[in-house]
Amino acid sequence: MPEMTVQAEPTLGVGRRTDVLLSVRDLAVSFGLRGQKSVTAVDEVSFDIRPGQHVGLVGESGSGKSVTALAIMGLLPKRGVEVGGTVEYAGRDLRSLREQDMAELRGSDIAMVFQDPMSSLNPVVTIGIQLEEVIRRHEKVDKREARDRAEVLLRRVGIPDPGRRLGEYPHQLSGGMRQRVLIAIALACGPKLLIADEPTTALDVTIQAQVLEVLKELVAETDAALLMITHDLGVVAGLCDEVNVMYAGRIVESTTRARLFAAPRHPYTGGLLESIPRLDKPRGTPLRPIPGSPTQTIPWTEGCAFAPRCRNKIDQCTETSPALEKLADRKLRCFNPLPAEADRNGVDE
Amino acid sequence: MSTPLVEVRGLKVHFPIRDGLLINRTVGMVKAVDGVDLDIAEGKTLGLVGESGCGKSTLGRALLRLSPITEGSVRFDGTDIAGLKREQLRRIRQDMQMVFQDPLGSLNPRQSVETILTEPLRAHGITYDKATRVRELLDQVGLPASAAQKYPHEFSGGQRQRVGIARALALEPRFVIADEPVSALDVSIQAQVLNLLEEIQQKLGLTYLVIAHDLAVVRHVSDDVAVMYLGGIVEQTGSDKLYANPLHPYTRALMSAVPVPDPTVEDTRERILLQGDLPSPADPPTGCRFHTRCPFRQETRCDTERPELREVEPGHSVACHWAEEIASGKITAHEVTPEEAAAAV
Repeated sequence: MPEMTVQAEPTLGVGRRTDVLLSVRDLAVSFGLRGQKSVTAVDEVSFDIRPGQHVGLVGESGSGKSVTALAIMGLLPKRGVEVGGTVEYAGRDLRSLREQDMAELRGSDIAMVFQDPMSSLNPVVTIGIQLEEVIRRHEKVDKREARDRAEVLLRRVGIPDPGRRLGEYPHQLSGGMRQRVLIAIALACGPKLLIADEPTTALDVTIQAQVLEVLKELVAETDAALLMITHDLGVVAGLCDEVNVMYAGRIVESTTRARLFAAPRHPYTGGLLESIPRLDKPRGTPLRPIPGSPTQTIPWTEGCAFAPRCRNKIDQCTETSPALEKLADRKLRCFNPLPAEADRNGVDE
Repeated sequence: MSTPLVEVRGLKVHFPIRDGLLINRTVGMVKAVDGVDLDIAEGKTLGLVGESGCGKSTLGRALLRLSPITEGSVRFDGTDIAGLKREQLRRIRQDMQMVFQDPLGSLNPRQSVETILTEPLRAHGITYDKATRVRELLDQVGLPASAAQKYPHEFSGGQRQRVGIARALALEPRFVIADEPVSALDVSIQAQVLNLLEEIQQKLGLTYLVIAHDLAVVRHVSDDVAVMYLGGIVEQTGSDKLYANPLHPYTRALMSAVPVPDPTVEDTRERILLQGDLPSPADPPTGCRFHTRCPFRQETRCDTERPELREVEPGHSVACHWAEEIASGKITAHEVTPEEAAAAV
């Protein structure tokens, strides 16, 4: 079957540039305690983010997506953690940076939004002070100006009556508002890269839609690049130019969103898409679950980690570990991928 | 039509808010469920959707009288359980079982699966052959017989939920309430559990109430769907009808907010963004509970008169004064500013 032709697609991020903002190469993270066998959480993770581009990192719990984000930010604990590979931001190697310089970069150049806003905000400090803190930490402004900017930011993320809200504590806000505050804090110093780790998972659907809209608008407005970490393929479909699918600590498929959703080629990606009930498909479309559970993985050294759950498994899968190969239209880590054709009616059963 | 298996009329569940150190004063009421009518036909599945805090779990629990019923009636196969005495209630509960959201939290960590599955039988004084009954139950939910001797922590999330389902089936109930049965599970596992629930229903002819916040999940498993907002049902109809032609503004907004894993759909569809948060059920808005966030709100009636759930077309009930006008396009959506939504809370 012919490979799909590669063509330019409209991007969601502002502009399509060739220069690379963040380059992650062969990132590996393993956790170990003395006297115990270490656990590899992330391995061979490589991807690029260009300025203004939106990149998605999708996977289930335990797939290593959050650890990847923490490793990029240099937020993993030093003790008992081994990090390998390189993380380059605008040409600077982040992993060899002194802690002091890294702290300077965090918040001003690279910012992060976490999943749970209640534990990311300080419960005994007002929203206003927490916002001003970030602004004054990275820029030379006086208290009054910081206050004014904080108010503008809160209004921008859609918080009503921002002047009053500045004096309130996190517990006085609803979940959706807290997440907006976190986004305001993250974007306070106009970062070039925003890493959002499951920013809407804890929220209700209507609130999720609000927060995603705000995030989308603000990222477009400030021309920041976005690394979106989520388990929700629907969120990625509306937000990301490029999508990396992770399984058991490695990227298994990586391509543009249009190609990924039209014709997933890794059996895991395909399985995920077939196993979620969807509003846009007729009712009664049967679900084809992926058998087994994510805990049922084998280490990549003994073949493909997904092999025990895979419908397309061939002998080779349990013998050697597949590498992430570059095809014409995507990167793929699989010996026996799904057919390339977008129209997959009548594929096995 | 035959009489439904479960018939709910004017159900209210109010929780008092208490204050005071020495004297226990009641300072208000949280109206978690405030006037709900609901019918569930035998052998069918009713899906109940709503956002957190809308009262859907409380409603589910009230059907088993796990939450106290303040007012109204819940008829199960003709018997009003609201007025039952302890012993009668215990007996009727054999026929009504529940599957909970968090399988780890709802299974006793110190009991083996065998003990977990036979406890309901012992509690109801039913004689049984332990080995066969346990094997049967495990078989029904697709677990190997060897699972009987294991403890909950030895299973993965999906398997644990299967144990929870097996426990609910132990008494051979006629009616099962599943409260968010898949929301704690990984995406790749959810489909397994949904398929299992369907399979069991076909085999045993069960009646289900599936409570979930995920519209796609609810649509997949349900024959009928009821949408709940702030203690009341705002729309109820057949599953296909609801998704093809949602009439209540809240249902529309809810549906447009669900992310769809298809870039072309995501890029082109119209989104109704709701402003603000769910108002407090302790102090709900006057009139229509949704009017503070409603993009179709009108000057009259909406803020003064609470709309009844009324049948606008056969088998399709909506609690909105203006459902017909909105459907025909006579009334169009307008912007709700964040300030408006906040001021009303």
